[in-house]
Amino acid sequence: MFNFYGDDISAFQIISLILYVVLAPFAGGLIAGIDRKVTARMQGRVGPPVLQPFYDVGKLLQKEAVTVGRGAQDFYVMCCLIFMIIAGAFFFFGFNLLMVVFTLTTASIFLVVAGYSSNSPYAQIGAERELLQMMSYEPMVLLTAVGLFMVNGSFNVENIIGNEVFSLKFLPGIFIGYLFIITIKLRKSPFDLSMSHHAHQELVKGLTTEFSGKTLAALEISHWYENIFLLGFIFLFFANGTWYMAVIGIAAVVVCYFLEILIDNGYARMKWQFTLKSAWIMTLIFGGANIFVLYYLRGYLWLAA
Amino acid sequence: MGILAILILFPLIIALILLAVKKDSARGPIVIVSGIVIGAASIFFAVTNFSGSVKDLWLSGSEVDFGIFSAGGGNAAEILSYVMMVIEAALAVLIIVLGIRHRKYLASILAAAQAIALLWFELAKGHEIKTANYIYIDNFSLIMVLIIGVIGSMICIYAVGYMKDFAHHHEGEPDRRPLFFFLMFLFLAAMFGIVVSNNLIWMYFFWEVTTLCSFFLIGYTRTPEAINNSFRALIMNLLGGCAFVAAIILMGLHPYIESFELSQVLATGVSLHEQGVDEPVFNAIIGLLAFAGITKAAQMPFNSWLLGAMVAPTPVSALLHSSTMVKAGVFLIVKLSPALGIQGLFHIGPGFMVILVGSVTFLFASLAALSQSNAKRVLAYSTVANLGLITACAGIGTAEAVWCAVMLIIFHAVTKSLLFLCVGTAEHNIGSRDIEDMDGLFGRMPRLATFMIVGIAGMFLAPFGMLISKWAALQAFVDTGNIWALLAVVFGSAVTLFYWTKWLGKLSAIVANRQDIEQGVRKEEWAVTGCLTALTIVVAITFPFFSNGLVVPYLGAAFSSVAEKTFVVLQTDNMIIMMIMVVLIIVLALLLYGRTGKRLLPLYMSGVNEGDDLTYLGSMQKDVPVSLRNWYFEDMFPEKSMNRIGLIVTCAVFALVFSYMISSMVGLYDYFVQTGGAA
Repeated sequence: MFNFYGDDISAFQIISLILYVVLAPFAGGLIAGIDRKVTARMQGRVGPPVLQPFYDVGKLLQKEAVTVGRGAQDFYVMCCLIFMIIAGAFFFFGFNLLMVVFTLTTASIFLVVAGYSSNSPYAQIGAERELLQMMSYEPMVLLTAVGLFMVNGSFNVENIIGNEVFSLKFLPGIFIGYLFIITIKLRKSPFDLSMSHHAHQELVKGLTTEFSGKTLAALEISHWYENIFLLGFIFLFFANGTWYMAVIGIAAVVVCYFLEILIDNGYARMKWQFTLKSAWIMTLIFGGANIFVLYYLRGYLWLAA
Repeated sequence: MGILAILILFPLIIALILLAVKKDSARGPIVIVSGIVIGAASIFFAVTNFSGSVKDLWLSGSEVDFGIFSAGGGNAAEILSYVMMVIEAALAVLIIVLGIRHRKYLASILAAAQAIALLWFELAKGHEIKTANYIYIDNFSLIMVLIIGVIGSMICIYAVGYMKDFAHHHEGEPDRRPLFFFLMFLFLAAMFGIVVSNNLIWMYFFWEVTTLCSFFLIGYTRTPEAINNSFRALIMNLLGGCAFVAAIILMGLHPYIESFELSQVLATGVSLHEQGVDEPVFNAIIGLLAFAGITKAAQMPFNSWLLGAMVAPTPVSALLHSSTMVKAGVFLIVKLSPALGIQGLFHIGPGFMVILVGSVTFLFASLAALSQSNAKRVLAYSTVANLGLITACAGIGTAEAVWCAVMLIIFHAVTKSLLFLCVGTAEHNIGSRDIEDMDGLFGRMPRLATFMIVGIAGMFLAPFGMLISKWAALQAFVDTGNIWALLAVVFGSAVTLFYWTKWLGKLSAIVANRQDIEQGVRKEEWAVTGCLTALTIVVAITFPFFSNGLVVPYLGAAFSSVAEKTFVVLQTDNMIIMMIMVVLIIVLALLLYGRTGKRLLPLYMSGVNEGDDLTYLGSMQKDVPVSLRNWYFEDMFPEKSMNRIGLIVTCAVFALVFSYMISSMVGLYDYFVQTGGAA
């Protein structure tokens, strides 16, 4: 369509970017609603309506504007939201996966600093735990990007989707590793250390204890954005440029998310040591081994791609 | 040529003047003016010599003007070589005497060994070998000149104010400031010498001068701890010096090279690489030089000297960590890069050694930083880790990886000097360098905290420079299939994230009832930290110009495989997006930070907040003060064990590589292959 520093930009890229920015919060909120419904059914409850997350956020937006400290946290949360949207936008625009990951990290760092800035005991411990979670999952997220690169010959989401290789065939270990750490990322039990959707946190609401009203709503919306492109990563393992693999990819996203809900309800929260150790061991065993195998398959893969 | 002479001679003359000046009021202006002159001269030098092509400035026989000498290049240079030899011998005697006096006999032995070996060799054989180019300047040298000249002299200016406070805090002790400033400026002169020398005997001379300068600076306070640490630094660097001398001797004896010119070694290296030949003696030369670089760059197992170096006044740490000393180490390794690299994960040679030592250091130094609450120790481990990354990149030996190494050197120099100087100022004003005591620094010293936050963000956060280089490094590791380095960087950067962010969090916490105590900070300190903060941001925004203008042309000259037009590390659009993101963060901060129209409420404390956000009413009807502490993982990642693991792995690598080199040099390897191992 037009040219941006040597890259041809297609209409498809722009449409998917706009669709993401506009629709992701709705899709993310809907997923959260379905999540709560399914969780309730698993626990033998009726559960809230599927649109409940939207009602919640709507209510938050109408709350009285109050804050603690000198309101420094509002700035950090706003930055978190903006960078989360940017990270997702890079992803759906088809940009470099590493850039997506690093921007996502920046967004998460803003969230952690927001927690620290309030100087509230609960928020600060929550922030520290959030950091621990980041340290736990970050290596595997990077290895996922690396694995997809090694199979598809490009870090660009656009090329990974367009490439005719069915990546999962070569990346079973990385896929398992990614599913493991996405449990941390989606804040599911047994890894919901820093804040929890469920009302049984020893840290009250952890990181978010001191957020309220619009700030809390902004955070909630940033989570919706985040979840959408985290699930998009799963899609990348399946996409090979054909419509039927795209359908399978979306089905796989649904199955994986259901699995996450199952895990969430099947486990109690574990200690932080378990989070760090298990995530790093999984990363080394599944991610590392997969990368080693890929290294020796390199010649073959390059030909395939 | 004249300006080059000024770059080396001028700091030397100023150093001597400062040694003589005892009056505080005179010293300040001299340091500030000469600092500005050196900075301006290095910028002028870089701008006038910047053309993208390599220059040989000292052709033998041609007329050269080295300031005082106006003779045929060959002659003047030879006279200078003899002068250097005499000074070298004198310095060796000095170390031997000091070593004996302080019962550090190992230092004496090492100094004696290398001095005797080098003198013997120079007199017996060395003087027959002619050097065509004593000095060799390419864009990488220019970048180093800029770093040394601009950042180094800024640190010297900062030291004027800092050392006044330092003398104030240490009243009753003899005032050694003339010696201090003498050493600082001598250090700059020697660093300029290192980065422009092509003759390795010259480089070795400057190399030893920096070793000695750092030795005296670390031992500045003359406390038992300082003396002990200074000798540790000396011994480790002399070990590297011995390797340097051994490499020089091998070069002189090597039938193909028979020269002391670094450019010759590299040319040989590139041609051997292209033929895919492993030549044992040549490998040993590169391996020994890389080893010397590794000791100076404080890589594991030698990292303890750099950590010990923080007993010195903070400007010394800033100088050692950012623009001098360790940067000389990585400078040499990056220079050697075209002769490094591995074919296959288990291809044992100098490349293997450099990659593994760098990667292991990056990972374990980062892990060791987790358990530190002393700000200077966190900075020190972060320096060691980043140098590890630079070393690993250089070891890969491709143009893409070297791009990352050079960019890391630039970004790290700016950011790390900023952070050290900020910590120094904080220490003098809050009386502690512990991160826990920087709790809510934003309330007490808002400007300083802002500078520090910029520095910390610059060290690890997208879209700032260090992260961009790390990103490119990751890409280079994957491209070349260096899985060792890949795994180290993947885990290491996750750890890096943790220890920086928890510091960032402490700084940005808004603690109630804090007094602004910033008025006491000296003017020089504000000027320098302010400049460095601006520089951190400016470099983050303008780095594509540095990349395209300076780094890529250097790579084009150093790596024959690079065609400048097709060389792409990060696509330009990615770089532009990063630039836009930097601007976005700044705009958001200016627009949104600290502006709230919201009603302020007290914190939730799970007990009744007494209204000051600092105490709550406990269950026994008593006020309980709240104090928050960070997380240090002493149980999971104890500093000692991290260092020990690093030491064991890197020593094993050295043992493996050097024993392999020696055995292949003496032909044992071939023998065993021929006889199938049955001797």
